[in-house]
Amino acid sequence: MRPLLYFSDVVTLTFDADKCTGCGMCLAVCPREVLRPSNGKVEVAWRDACIECGACRRNCPGGALKVKPGVGCASAMIDKMLGRKKACCVDDDSSPSCGQ
Amino acid sequence: MRYRVDPGLYTIGDAGPDSPVFVTASYKMSFDLLRKALPGISAWVLVLDTQGINVWCAAGKGTFGTDELVGRIQSSGLADVVSHRRLIVPQLGAPGIAAHEVRKRSGFQVVYGPVRADDLPAFLKDGLKATGRMRTKHFSFMERLALVPMEIVPAVKGALPVAAALFVLSFFVSGFSAPRALGRTIVVLVSLSASIIAGAVLTPLLLPWLPGRAFSTKGFYAGLLLAVCALLLTGTLYHSNMAMVLAQLVSIPALAAYLAMNFTGASTFTSLSGVQKEMRFALPLEIGATAAGLALWIAALLMGG
Ligand code: SF4
Ligand code: SF4
Repeated sequence: MRPLLYFSDVVTLTFDADKCTGCGMCLAVCPREVLRPSNGKVEVAWRDACIECGACRRNCPGGALKVKPGVGCASAMIDKMLGRKKACCVDDDSSPSCGQ
Repeated sequence: MRYRVDPGLYTIGDAGPDSPVFVTASYKMSFDLLRKALPGISAWVLVLDTQGINVWCAAGKGTFGTDELVGRIQSSGLADVVSHRRLIVPQLGAPGIAAHEVRKRSGFQVVYGPVRADDLPAFLKDGLKATGRMRTKHFSFMERLALVPMEIVPAVKGALPVAAALFVLSFFVSGFSAPRALGRTIVVLVSLSASIIAGAVLTPLLLPWLPGRAFSTKGFYAGLLLAVCALLLTGTLYHSNMAMVLAQLVSIPALAAYLAMNFTGASTFTSLSGVQKEMRFALPLEIGATAAGLALWIAALLMGG
């Protein structure tokens, strides 16, 4: 089945190759195959698939990956706009969700 | 309702100093999934205090985080019961855990396990190696199906007071005739049901095949389809009063789009930046079209349709 994609060209992910040591941690933590190995370092192969989870940034020892992490959840944002407490995420770990 | 497991160190089977250590959240289902995935395997399970929230969501909030993990390693005395210095952390916990910091602060090496607990036996067998497939978060038809009830319940809860209020309104406008008011309310009920079916059922299920990237766009098309069905169903009720037809045609796709947009959070491929972009263009349209639909319905009511 073809992978599901959201918008093109919206995410805040940036990669600075100069700071990359090629440790490969980002490859292990990214759930969306955004990055791939390249010449002993990595490169951004599929930027539009990024969900801004922040796993790569958090685990990059060199600080080469930057992203403004967050959850793409409209109902949480509407709740926030209405000043309601955000009821987030009760679900099993096989389907990460920010539902009710 | 939240089901919790007390944070701390647990054993599965006959765990000894060489047994692997798995880290999980204090959400009971996270713990149970892990246990179920490891039949016949002896292991330690370190439960972090995530206030009963699952790994992925708690990692996003930071409660499944570096500080909590380092603190829990110390308070549980893990270093005294195992001879190795390795932790298997679920990959979906990575947004909260900085592996290199954990190592610096506790001496323990973090190895990220697969996304799904089911893949753990294969991961262990392969010498703690996850394949690309194990590292990727999918969103299958069955997963989407499982989420549908969680979309329907709040939608119905929101729709019922609306239907009740519009019934009262039509009761007054139709000169206190309950049967006539009921007739008008049926149109409302059908419209709301059509919107919910389109936005909370069809959109999640048909997600890959509905046109558009924005969830609102997908929901809009599903809503358009259901609006036509609703018109065929209720058209005779109001003798094809034009305002009533328009009211349904405008409000059903708009409400469906709104409900579909709310599925962004449950899906696994949206980003915060993307949802912000979607909400900026879609929310005003959805609110505007729903208001227009309501105004048309009231106009039809006043015209005696
Ligand atoms: S985690 Fe950072 S340093 Fe390591 S390979 Fe990825 S970008 Fe390079
Ligand atoms: S933010 Fe998440 S999805 Fe995006 S590249 Fe980093 S790990 Fe992958």
